[in-house]
Amino acid sequence: MKTYLRFLWRCFRLSFMGDGRYYAWMFLLTVVVLFGINAYCKQVVQGLGTTGMTDQVSWGFYIANFTFLVGMAAAAVMLVIPVYIFRNRELHDLVIFGELFAVAAIVMAMLFVLVDLGRPDRFHHLLLRFNFPVSMLTWDVLVLNGYLLLNLHICGYLVYCAYRRREPSRAFYIPFVFVAIVWAISIHTVTAFLYSGLGGRPFWNSAVVAPRFLASAFAAGPAFLILTLSVLARFTSYPVTPKAFLTLRTVVTVSLAINMFLLGSEAFTEFYTDSAHGASAHYLFLGLHGHVALVPWIWSAIALNMAALVLLFTPWTRRLSVLQAACAMLIVGIWIEKGMGMIVPAFVPTPLGEIVEYRPTLNETLVTAGIWAGGLLLYTILVRVTVPVLSGRLTEDQDFSVALGNESGALAGIGSHGTANR
Amino acid sequence: MTDLRIHDGPSHVPAPDPGEPALTRRSFLRTGAAAVGGMAALAAALSPLRELSSSDLPNLDQFLQKHYKEMTPDQMERALERIRAQVEERYRVRPHLRDLKPMDGVEFVYALNLSRCIGCRKCVHACVAENNQSRSPEIQYIRVIEMPRGTLDLEQGNHRYDHPTVPDANHFYLPVQCHQCANPPCVKVCPVEATWQESDGITVIDYDWCIGCRYCEAACPYWARRFNFTEPSLPREQLNPNMAYLSNRPRDKGVMEKCHFCLHRTREGRMPACVEICPTGARKFGNVLDPDSEVSQILRSKRVFVLKEEVGTLPRFFYYFDERYPNSLDPEAIEIARRLEREEGAQYGALPGSSGPNRDFVASAVAARWDAPFLPGASTIDGGAA
Repeated sequence: MKTYLRFLWRCFRLSFMGDGRYYAWMFLLTVVVLFGINAYCKQVVQGLGTTGMTDQVSWGFYIANFTFLVGMAAAAVMLVIPVYIFRNRELHDLVIFGELFAVAAIVMAMLFVLVDLGRPDRFHHLLLRFNFPVSMLTWDVLVLNGYLLLNLHICGYLVYCAYRRREPSRAFYIPFVFVAIVWAISIHTVTAFLYSGLGGRPFWNSAVVAPRFLASAFAAGPAFLILTLSVLARFTSYPVTPKAFLTLRTVVTVSLAINMFLLGSEAFTEFYTDSAHGASAHYLFLGLHGHVALVPWIWSAIALNMAALVLLFTPWTRRLSVLQAACAMLIVGIWIEKGMGMIVPAFVPTPLGEIVEYRPTLNETLVTAGIWAGGLLLYTILVRVTVPVLSGRLTEDQDFSVALGNESGALAGIGSHGTANR
Repeated sequence: MTDLRIHDGPSHVPAPDPGEPALTRRSFLRTGAAAVGGMAALAAALSPLRELSSSDLPNLDQFLQKHYKEMTPDQMERALERIRAQVEERYRVRPHLRDLKPMDGVEFVYALNLSRCIGCRKCVHACVAENNQSRSPEIQYIRVIEMPRGTLDLEQGNHRYDHPTVPDANHFYLPVQCHQCANPPCVKVCPVEATWQESDGITVIDYDWCIGCRYCEAACPYWARRFNFTEPSLPREQLNPNMAYLSNRPRDKGVMEKCHFCLHRTREGRMPACVEICPTGARKFGNVLDPDSEVSQILRSKRVFVLKEEVGTLPRFFYYFDERYPNSLDPEAIEIARRLEREEGAQYGALPGSSGPNRDFVASAVAARWDAPFLPGASTIDGGAA
């Protein structure tokens, strides 16, 4: 126990150590988090009227980001499956960064739900009267928390074993890894069912929502990990092989292609049928009665995704810089497509045919940015601590200098800050 | 597959720093300054919370209060007393507040004669006055839609019609409120069971239990639910002191509300406010389990229909047209409209008011569908938009 507390304390200390760029990055994130906290405090005092939401469009930016992030969390499974089922060696030491991102993404997703509540002070009512299994939202609460615990356990156990220089006992984590594979798919499926189960919203009431969510998540999540791993490869000595990138590139390409196919199927059904139920799709893609707020967004998303897909099919994305560009494009594209492009149009027009458009307010945007910054802050710390531990530079019997000394670049703790002043 | 080019990381910086970092004076001062700065920044970020009024925070009784269905009679009495005290403190009126249970052998249904609705919106405003909704922004449970003749496609309706006189000869008027469905999707989706259907068919909300996630609002196919996006504001002199726990007691910021068939009236044998105010008698309400009730007779003898039957919600809110007047409103109703116009002048045909946060109402007019209007000449674009 004492060893464990000392481990946590050293991790805590370590998260404050780095070079100038590390400090700048963390400082920037902290500032954004503080702006977010400030904006949320205003929202608590004045109510959700500080957002752009109305009775007509009663879910907006928060739920859009929530949906996107649940997908990002689920995407860790796209590293786990190759490693634990297909025995991919290149990705073996990199899986943990996917799982750590799942932790950060779930935390962000839950924060987005929390800030969307009108009465956060009554959150405990969930514990007292839980409408399970009827309400899909209760399923979501269960699967998200379960997934968070699974990933915390798997990552925490492996990292702590490395710290203690012990061989991890397979019985303690392999079963959880396999449960987590199914669980990852479940979290995004349940989140899709949250929407597709509503008969009163024809735009959501489609069986293709869950498959589409999974496909887009399995494109955007691994794309984000490609960006993360290239940062690791650039700034640390942690081994990331070119083959690992290429494996992930294949995953991203196939998933994105499937996602575009499903989006096309959805669009075909809506537009060829051309029934009154297609009004929301019409609003999204073409605008309705001169209301066109989402039209530029969805077409940018489609353009970004299509361009990324074309790039991914060409050999150019064997260059890391091009691959990074393609990944960034598709992350943004999918963020728009299944965030604003999935949540908002279902409310326009309303079930009674009224058209009220939605535009996030500044305050709402600041809260959103704050949560994103908080999640990235958490992920940076997790990665910053994990890298030296897993590379054997920070272990129980070593002192800090080893961990710091062998580091290089941004994550190294040497220089003008704090630690080097003795 | 191996020609992926990856930059080499910069070469290792040798470690000049021996041993575990310990606190020196300089690092202590630096860390301390950073910590103080961080705390100050956090305090500044949190500063808006100083404007929280004491009424925004639940007091201990409210925090510990149980779900409606779990409260013993004693606990309910304590909750009622707390609410009475809060209302009295805020509005300087002692409310007549009680918890009214459904009556045995009663199932309420609503029937609305579309041939007699003249679109005057008196029901909308009577409902607001009766049910203690927020006045600014004004929350309305009833939405009256001006529909072109010959269609029930809601997208062709106009929610913001604002003529000097109603009814308009080319339109009929479709009031929509909570349909008190027998298979309510809003109840299904609520994660905390803050809303449920009672034995008399009314779907109610425990305003002290709702967490404000608005999933029910997304689930409702009739757009019947309303959310308190801001602190409801209700002038003291406009408070209706006749209230029940599950109906019109004042609500808090951040919770849902909706039509509850005026259960503080109807469970005592009176009519809902919207029925009572309706000048043409278009609105009918009663107990469907009583074969002699007016609604039972209407359901037996008229060709009634429900909105969006295909979503399977089984509404208890029925509409019908009077078959004697296929091409116009009931002449008697039009006569009433003209009389009201003479008597009330500018008051008549009151403006729609608003529902939801009172920011600029981005869209007001809903034109005919994007391709072509259903009926030639049946323009539904409302000039008084925006």
